[in-house]
Amino acid sequence: MPDADTAVARRAIATAALASVEQVPGAAKPDPILIADGVRRQFGGLVAVDVAHVEIQRGAITALIGPNGAGKTTFFNLLTGFDAPDDGQWTFNGKELAGVAPHKVARLGMVRTFQLTKALFRLTVIENMKLGATGQKGETFWRALLPGTWKKQEAEITARSEVLLARFKLDSKRDDFAGSLSGGQRKLLEMARALMVGPEMVMLDEPMAGVNPALTQSLLGHIKDLREQGMTVLFVEHDMDMVRDISDWVIVMGQGRIIAEGPPGDVMRNQAVIDAYLGTHHDQSLIETEESFIDGEPPAPATEEGERS
Amino acid sequence: MDWGFILSQTLTQAIAPIAIVYCLAAIGLNVHFGYTGLLNFGQAAFLAMGAYGLAVSVTRFNLPWWLGIIVGLVLTVILALLLGIPTLRLRADYLAIVTIAAAEIVRLFARSVTFRETLGGSDGINGFSTSFFSSLNPFNRQQPYTFGPIHFANGDVLFMFLIGWALIAIASLVVWLAMRSPWGRVIKGIREDEDAVRSLGKNVYSYKMQALVFGGVLGCLGGFVFALANASVQPDNYASDLTYFAWLIMILGGAARVGGPILGAMIFWGLLTLVVETLKNATASAIIPESILRTDQVGQIQFMLVGLGLMLLMIFRPQGILGDKKELALDARR
Repeated sequence: MPDADTAVARRAIATAALASVEQVPGAAKPDPILIADGVRRQFGGLVAVDVAHVEIQRGAITALIGPNGAGKTTFFNLLTGFDAPDDGQWTFNGKELAGVAPHKVARLGMVRTFQLTKALFRLTVIENMKLGATGQKGETFWRALLPGTWKKQEAEITARSEVLLARFKLDSKRDDFAGSLSGGQRKLLEMARALMVGPEMVMLDEPMAGVNPALTQSLLGHIKDLREQGMTVLFVEHDMDMVRDISDWVIVMGQGRIIAEGPPGDVMRNQAVIDAYLGTHHDQSLIETEESFIDGEPPAPATEEGERS
Repeated sequence: MDWGFILSQTLTQAIAPIAIVYCLAAIGLNVHFGYTGLLNFGQAAFLAMGAYGLAVSVTRFNLPWWLGIIVGLVLTVILALLLGIPTLRLRADYLAIVTIAAAEIVRLFARSVTFRETLGGSDGINGFSTSFFSSLNPFNRQQPYTFGPIHFANGDVLFMFLIGWALIAIASLVVWLAMRSPWGRVIKGIREDEDAVRSLGKNVYSYKMQALVFGGVLGCLGGFVFALANASVQPDNYASDLTYFAWLIMILGGAARVGGPILGAMIFWGLLTLVVETLKNATASAIIPESILRTDQVGQIQFMLVGLGLMLLMIFRPQGILGDKKELALDARR
């Protein structure tokens, strides 16, 4: 476990690195781990995701926020290979990822969790954990029949799982079915299981959804821990307090596009963000809005520096 | 009422070659459904591959019986790949639709007039088992054998009985070894949620294919036993009711339990025989008057009674005999 000093240090490093970054959508980062260009996904007539350019800083915690239906989860699915875009490229650690199968994305070191927790119910907690380990010899059919060939590796994996379970305070549940855990414990299990893959970048889709407040603090602590261990975190979240508390950088999506970026404190004052959440003309009376419709001007969301085309 | 005879028949049928056939089919289904969550409703096709592979190789191409066995296994693997390649990337129910149709295609193909020369049409094929039994069977092929209440019509039946149970033992051992390994962990994970397993870096498609082939090969062993025990292959023996009985046996015994199909097959065939023989006896000795049930109606009523019994079992013990009710409850919470 990292001590408090390095914890502060890591956050400081991330903040310092991002301090000079311009606060505009698609801003270039000093050390990006993930770069996406022109990623577009359409469902029939609806453009769910249309990201012109985005970069994610290595070793930082980046939050992806936006109103419901902004395309955050779809963007997650695209980046991790669970959905195929209509167009676009993105690289992870310099490796082209477009068209790569989800299991290969995970093996390259980009591991995700799901909005609706996917604990494997009828496997025990420890089996859930062990499933996460990569490069297991006993996962080949013929070797599986010869326990001698994988017993030693299995013992190592079990030991590693137990250390992680203890860290996530799930060690008392070791032999229970994952389906018998509470919602919050399942979230913890899913995060711990993702770490068994040994990821460089962890993608968390709404890690706080459905978690009781007592567990929130410990979950937050675990996410900060990921940064302390040198991992990059990208997470989708609706809880603004949490976003403010742990993220180094915030990216805001609205109607499929990136509409703003910046440190958590600044981005929430951004006009485009307020508009996206509350509606473009939320501070005008309805009469004015109606008039602009009649004049033939669609109420386009206000943008900073005319970034949106 | 001749209870001695009824019980002897029940015990004999519970472990007879026909029970072995269904047991092997159910062990294969258990790999598909119980462990991997694949909905295979065409298990009969895998048995047909084994049976026809053996019969056609020996009778039409004059190959030795062991080469016929290999042909049957190869055909099974090919069928599994053919079924799996287009469907395993799709949602689970597509496999169910494709397999149910494929099994019927296989059967109708086998009984078609066009291929009568090779596949024997609706009469099927016989005369392929002689070389197998004459070269291997150490028992007297004409003489009946009796061990206490268990009765074997001749040495061939006894020999098939021993081979069949040896196959069940080996199949169960392999399933047990596979399912307690990391391979089995991935397989069971796929049953629970394949996207989660994908997100952990496993090639789900490949594992599902392996499971489909594995379970198909186990079913194919049942096909060999079926063909050899009957000394013939009949296309209509591989109709969908074979698949449904195999499902029933697996669920009766308890899905995702190594012993489930074994217990299920023995109970199913034992129970079926018990009901038939009891009713036959009761009607013949006029304990049940002819106005209620005639002896020739017993065949029709047996499945009604067995069906009733199974309904009661599913209501009061939905997890099967060896299943764990807690596990089933977890599944329902999703």
